[in-house]
Amino acid sequence: MERIYADRKYIIIGFFLLIGLLYLVRLFYVQILVDKYILSANNNVLRYVTQYPARGLVFDRTGKLLVYNEAAYDLMVVPRQVKNPDTMALCHLIGIDKAEFINRLERARAFSPYRPSIFEAQITRDSYGFLEEKLFLFPGFYVQPRTLRKYTYPVAAHAFGYIGEAGPDVIEKNPYYRSGDYIGINGIEKSYEETLRGKKGMKIRVFDVLNRDKGSFRDGKYDTTSVAGTDLYSSLDAELQEYGELLMTNKKGSIVAIEPQTGEILCVVTSPSYDPNLLAGNIRKKNYTKLLQDTVFVPLFNRALMAMYPPGSTFKLVDALVGQQEGVLFPETSYGCPGGFPLGNGKKVGCHPHPSPLDLIGAIQISCNSYFCRVFKSIIDKKSYLSTRQAYESWRKEVMSFGFGKKLGIDIPGELNGNIPTPTYYDKYHGKNRWRSMTIISLAIGQGEIGITPMQLANQAALISNRGWYYTPHIIRAIGRKDSLNKAYSTKNRVLVDQKYFDVVIEGMANVITNGTGKIAKIDSITMGGKTGTAQNPHGKNHSIFIAFAPVQNTKIAISVVVENAGYGAAWAAPIASLMIEKYLNRVVKRKDLEESMTSGNLINGKQPESERGKGNILPD
Amino acid sequence: MREEKGIFYRIDWLVVGLYLALVFIGWLNIYAAVYNETHNHIVDLTQKYGKQMIFIIAAMLLAMGILIIDPKFFSQFAWFIYGFFLFLLVVVIFSGREVAGSKGWFAIGGFGVQPAEFAKMATVLALAKYLGTLDVSLARFRSLVIASAIILVPAVIVLLQHDTGSAIVFLALVIVLYRAGITGFIPLAFIVLPVLGILALVVPKLILAGLLLAIAGVFYFFSNRKLRSIMIISMVFLGSVAFIFSIDFAVNKILEPHQRNRIHVLLGQDVDLKGAGYNVNQSLIAIGSGRFFGKGFLQGTQTKYNFVPEQSTDFIFCTIGEEWGFLGSAVLLILYMSLFIRVILMAERQRSRFSRFYGYGLASILFFHFAINIGMTLGLVPVIGIPLPYVSYGGSSLWAFTILLFIFIRQDSYRYDLV
Repeated sequence: MERIYADRKYIIIGFFLLIGLLYLVRLFYVQILVDKYILSANNNVLRYVTQYPARGLVFDRTGKLLVYNEAAYDLMVVPRQVKNPDTMALCHLIGIDKAEFINRLERARAFSPYRPSIFEAQITRDSYGFLEEKLFLFPGFYVQPRTLRKYTYPVAAHAFGYIGEAGPDVIEKNPYYRSGDYIGINGIEKSYEETLRGKKGMKIRVFDVLNRDKGSFRDGKYDTTSVAGTDLYSSLDAELQEYGELLMTNKKGSIVAIEPQTGEILCVVTSPSYDPNLLAGNIRKKNYTKLLQDTVFVPLFNRALMAMYPPGSTFKLVDALVGQQEGVLFPETSYGCPGGFPLGNGKKVGCHPHPSPLDLIGAIQISCNSYFCRVFKSIIDKKSYLSTRQAYESWRKEVMSFGFGKKLGIDIPGELNGNIPTPTYYDKYHGKNRWRSMTIISLAIGQGEIGITPMQLANQAALISNRGWYYTPHIIRAIGRKDSLNKAYSTKNRVLVDQKYFDVVIEGMANVITNGTGKIAKIDSITMGGKTGTAQNPHGKNHSIFIAFAPVQNTKIAISVVVENAGYGAAWAAPIASLMIEKYLNRVVKRKDLEESMTSGNLINGKQPESERGKGNILPD
Repeated sequence: MREEKGIFYRIDWLVVGLYLALVFIGWLNIYAAVYNETHNHIVDLTQKYGKQMIFIIAAMLLAMGILIIDPKFFSQFAWFIYGFFLFLLVVVIFSGREVAGSKGWFAIGGFGVQPAEFAKMATVLALAKYLGTLDVSLARFRSLVIASAIILVPAVIVLLQHDTGSAIVFLALVIVLYRAGITGFIPLAFIVLPVLGILALVVPKLILAGLLLAIAGVFYFFSNRKLRSIMIISMVFLGSVAFIFSIDFAVNKILEPHQRNRIHVLLGQDVDLKGAGYNVNQSLIAIGSGRFFGKGFLQGTQTKYNFVPEQSTDFIFCTIGEEWGFLGSAVLLILYMSLFIRVILMAERQRSRFSRFYGYGLASILFFHFAINIGMTLGLVPVIGIPLPYVSYGGSSLWAFTILLFIFIRQDSYRYDLV
């Protein structure tokens, strides 16, 4: 009876083997055929911890530290690991109430129960010291160090720029950046980003299921070390910059100073400005919005690079140089001035009273409008040109070789082209070939459509003192080592005016200071060349402009000063430029009265104190 | 008497060797699963591998104890042992300790003892005893009912302890009944019904019913077309249709929520990898990341850092899969297959019906644990928390499986003396 069923052992053994085989096939599939499990396994346990290098420091030309890093601490939380914390104690430590504590914990949990989120960003150094001791009482919380940009001097905010978290557009374009990384957003932080940031490193850590660090992966075999950012040596003179910002208190405008022999920017003041520390760290967003909404001072606007002014009489120097180069002007060329330059339609370009006639030096010295209108007219109407247009194009090319009407290519982002109008522009405005030298005569005295930035103005002063060439202005003189010069700025740019034509212009500029429109700027111990300017402003009071260089021989500093709504160039810009030159060359300013009246002048809120300076010193230009 | 030649005479050393290999592999991987740098001494009694070492030594002593007991003791006292453990199963419901939702544990000293593990052994003894009785034939309805009752009574009591996994294990004994001569339809139903049930949850029911109708049609076409055949085919068809239409009700009303989730996970309908699907997903990740050669002893990251839950008990196979790879896993499968086949071949050489059915009972229980446990870690079977015999951490299961096996080894060594 029973024997019949003995064969069933084969069925049973067969069934067992079938299941065994099925499992073997499944194992083969899971362990060998598919990759997703090993990838998930790595995701489970490996964390790629970025090693952030210290960002490069910035020093000034005298070796003073300008920009450095300070450790800041973020309090992080891993919600899953939080266990019965002494809520009140922690709340007290970071200064929040219990509702806020619960709220933040919930937000972190919503992000991920296992991954760390920031619980409190950049806790103060004091609470960090205290927290570090007590942190073992609060499982799930830990402190992550970060670096914060700090500025020794609260100046040059626009030049330094700031750093912030890289946005999604950056991350998409540049694979170096990951969410949460910092990147330079403006100023040299942006233009030297790749130098300053260094190279991130990567540590691979092994984590367990509760997100506890279990040490490095394969003894750190696959880790990469970070490379610290490279230090920058700025050409800025911190004290000069600070002094310039002091002088520009309550004024709109800018001061740019350049060392002509190198093109190094000594100071780049834009006013109103702000303390760069306001845009560092977690206070940045709040402060940025505040600065952005300030429509009276507009502190985020970098006037030194982004404001365009008609250069006024400072442009007469260009007329003088181009006129000589074109062969229509000679030092001894003399024109009379009947109180203005008649335009032929009953109107005239007015001029202030002065001795007449004048030669070139005299015309520069007292800034005669008529003289330079004639020079300009003789350039455009020169017989060798076939048309006004051709003459204008030639003029424009020579003018643009001064660095006008185009970006200079400095190492601070955001500079404007300025504007030297194209012939096409006049065609559109007046009709094709319906414009003549008299139509555009206001260019002769730097008015009209012409627009030049303060940086370009300073560069103009520099290239005149160099007698016809300039290095592109730059604010970083050396990278990495103090004596290794910035190679990007080692090409001389030559102006399309021969060197020999500069001497007479320089002599005229020296006379401006000794006995001309700019004599208010005179410093007994320092020789100086300068030129006043007044930019007509259809919206309000004219802008006061002054460019200068000193000493006349072996020049150390070339400068441009623009003070908005301040009247004649001699009223505000010239004395400020003079004080800056004294400060830079002598390191101390002796003219305390002048300094005081410049510093205290408030040109923004309406009040315009009459300075104690004799009225006779402020000559029209 | 051949007993004079010592208690180790005629012992089947192959099966003992397989047993020792599995126990050793188990301990090694428990060590790996709970290993950490601070507790790395192999006899640290605060750690699971230290405790397992004690369990193993105790299991060896139990095994030797069984080898010196008169083999007739087990067949003679089968009913008594069965009754005793039924009693314990009932008592533990009222006075037991609750572990992980099931009230099946006695606290003895510092250890928990689970009578359900030993009840399997008692049930196998009782079933073998009953089927071994000369006048029992499963062709008779009465014998079938008694045999089924012997299996189902402890199963139901264990179910009352909320230990569904252990309760299901008793159903494995249908293999013994099959070998004893019940119709092949019953074990077939045990395989077909779960498959049909799963299909009913995945495939639209009307399509499935249509498919069944087609199959019934094929059977009808090839049958002798007598009334009896038509009746059987119709009833099986109607029964199947009723089954697939009631499966939703069964899943939604009878099963507990966590069991329902496990079925959804198995069917790929639950992709919540942080919830119900977490175990199986992490288990597959651990095993899958082992690749061919494995990560090496103590090098498994998924198991060492606790991504796999229950890794020293129910999910111990993950540690093996991760650290020893496909090679090690395959070796383990082969060891188990060898054990099962060896036990069945030994059972077939028994002259006593009691010993033979006992051997089948042993093989069924071991195989069922193996199939469910490894199937679960491979995502082929719903998560049912039962241990991998001899390998998983735990005293009760190791001792129970050791006793279960060594009673059989003892019977086998005695087989020529029974006439």
